[in-house]
Amino acid sequence: MPRRSRLHTPKPHSRPGEKPDFSYLETSPAGAVPRPDVNARVRDIGNLATELVRVLDDEHRAVGPWHPHLDASDLQIGLKHMLLTRVFDDRMQRTQRQGKITFYMRSLGEEAVSVAQAMALRPGDMLFPSYRNQGLYMVRGRPLVDLMCQLLSNTRDMCKGRQLPVMYHWTAGRIFSISGNLATQFPQAVGWAMAAAIKGEDDIAVSWLGEGSSAEADFHHAMLFAAVYQAPVILNVVNNQWAISTFQGFAGGEQRSFAARGPGYGMAGIRVDGNDFLAVYAVTQWAAERARRGAGPTLIEHVTYRGAAHSTSDDPARYRPKDDYEKWPLGDPVERLKKHLIALGEWSEERHVALTAELDAQVAAAWKEAVTHGTLGEGPKLDPDSMFEDVFKEMPARLVRQREQMRAERT
Amino acid sequence: MIQALNSAMDIMMTRDPTVVVLGEDVGYFGGVFRVTDGLQRKYGEHRVLDTPIAEGAIVGAAIGMGVNGLRPVAEIQFADYIYPACDQIFSELARLRYRTAGEFWAPVTIRTPCGGGIRGGQTHSQSPEAIFTHVCGIKVVMPSNPYDAKGLLIAAIEDDDPVVFFEPKRVYNGPFDGNPNKAAVSWSEHPKGEVPDGYYTVPIGKVDIVRAGSDVTIVTYGTMVYVCQAAAEGLGLDAEIIDVRSMVPLDIDTITASVNKTGRCVIAHEATLFSGFGAELSASIQEECFWKLEAPIQRVAGWDTPYPHAFEWEYFPGQARVAAALKTVMESR
Repeated sequence: MPRRSRLHTPKPHSRPGEKPDFSYLETSPAGAVPRPDVNARVRDIGNLATELVRVLDDEHRAVGPWHPHLDASDLQIGLKHMLLTRVFDDRMQRTQRQGKITFYMRSLGEEAVSVAQAMALRPGDMLFPSYRNQGLYMVRGRPLVDLMCQLLSNTRDMCKGRQLPVMYHWTAGRIFSISGNLATQFPQAVGWAMAAAIKGEDDIAVSWLGEGSSAEADFHHAMLFAAVYQAPVILNVVNNQWAISTFQGFAGGEQRSFAARGPGYGMAGIRVDGNDFLAVYAVTQWAAERARRGAGPTLIEHVTYRGAAHSTSDDPARYRPKDDYEKWPLGDPVERLKKHLIALGEWSEERHVALTAELDAQVAAAWKEAVTHGTLGEGPKLDPDSMFEDVFKEMPARLVRQREQMRAERT
Repeated sequence: MIQALNSAMDIMMTRDPTVVVLGEDVGYFGGVFRVTDGLQRKYGEHRVLDTPIAEGAIVGAAIGMGVNGLRPVAEIQFADYIYPACDQIFSELARLRYRTAGEFWAPVTIRTPCGGGIRGGQTHSQSPEAIFTHVCGIKVVMPSNPYDAKGLLIAAIEDDDPVVFFEPKRVYNGPFDGNPNKAAVSWSEHPKGEVPDGYYTVPIGKVDIVRAGSDVTIVTYGTMVYVCQAAAEGLGLDAEIIDVRSMVPLDIDTITASVNKTGRCVIAHEATLFSGFGAELSASIQEECFWKLEAPIQRVAGWDTPYPHAFEWEYFPGQARVAAALKTVMESR
């Protein structure tokens, strides 16, 4: 027993120049975690919050009670959406480096979270994403040109030049606006879900944030409201180990899993291998059914790894080992699903190379079209007059006057 | 005024099934000031929700409900408690329409009792309205009487933009002229205490000229309307008294027309002076009225200290402080 109080400063297991060390990561063998009934009581399924639901084993087979038994064609679609996300991210990253867009955020290594979850949900379910969920847009089919025009803040930007790149939204696709202020979407998703229940509709709400953002009050607000009202909502903590330079221990992950906060609030909590497409799909399906039948909300912790920088504005080599991602014990979600499909005899390296080339061409063609609507430097420009619109539904006299003043300044 | 506000919600909940009420103690108990009394009994637990004590969550959830087709009326039990909700109000509610180019919006009304004069100390007496007027995208309203309270609240609930609706709690039960030693007056004897039973609106963005006059223009709102009236009467001045009612949008044209007519102006509010809403009023008035002003504009406000429990009436901008400002503008040449 220590004889005096002490201040503990969480330390990541390795910093630049050190050997990556993931010995802190607690995992379970594939297939080992039981799958409870969707109506199970929270108090009876506490183990889900500390074990790790995995379906794909080391031999690339799908095993155990969480195996979702998807058709090979669905798995191929999932692989394609993940690959499209990655190809899109890579090209947009390069585009930023060439100075054609101001900012970008990749989701390298986390593609299974958005893609598997979007596929496990219904089209009517409302999604409240964070800024690293571009896979949702791939699954729901937003044209790539639309996303690119947002990144370019050009004349066809859905946000009319008002938001940083990647802060998309899509009413028709039921994807809520990305804020930029972290975790704010969490209580909003719960409110949306409460409204669905009040109206007697069976659509559910789903929201995402990173483990770093789970420190925000909004996370706790959302958890409390979801549990108190048993709102039909799935709350996802994407534990990618890093909040810019701050490792997950600073968000409270050192002492207890993030999923364990679920039972702490009185709701189901599940810890899942976030790089295992099948496991993510299966737990999402379970949680969605639970929510839809009025059995309550679920907190899902996706154990994954942020393979790239936080954004185009930071260099991870300054705060973690260069080869950290390569040594991540849960591997790469695209590789793992690919190898599973190959093991099933439903895919091949050749087909993979061909698909990658096809998607690359698709992204390149979309970019060619997007820039015709304007870029930072050239082409058609948004009308600055539009900046005064949508502050209120009707433009008040004060803004009409300020718009006049701006016009006068410009002539 | 409590019954008027209650009636506004009651009428809107009957007319529009998407209107829901949520907040701390608003359901079973009917609110600490009884403003939501009886609504849960009438409309059920799914439309009048008691909530946990988490203002940020109340507003955050209300935004989600608004996005999903409901028209939430959230109560923040005291304006002093609204700060934990400010990120959701400032960064989310106020800007949702803007950041999505009009695709997403949430028609949320946030009701909250404000102001002093009730021995509430520094955590139950604040008037933080100016903070909200500095945020683009929310309307800010404060009625001073039952008639306006009902009409403005109905207008706020029907408004597709978010509205922060301040209720000056010292005048919940009757007008208050700033003298705590006088017997309380009820609304039943006041013309603005007469409230029609049915539906009506008072438009957001229009001032009320409480009293027409020619000597001086007094621009004020909330409880201070009655303090200013009494102070002007005490001095025998023919004052034009303007109740601002809506700070955003602001009916500045009516205000400046009045000041251009009288040539003198006193601005009065309970909130602290420095960067208070009076500063915006004063700046806007001098921009439009400078050549007609016979005297510098005077501001009457709370002192720039927290609201002290033991010195309620030394703090509160009562008749004496208003009268001193009126004398100053009347004497200046």
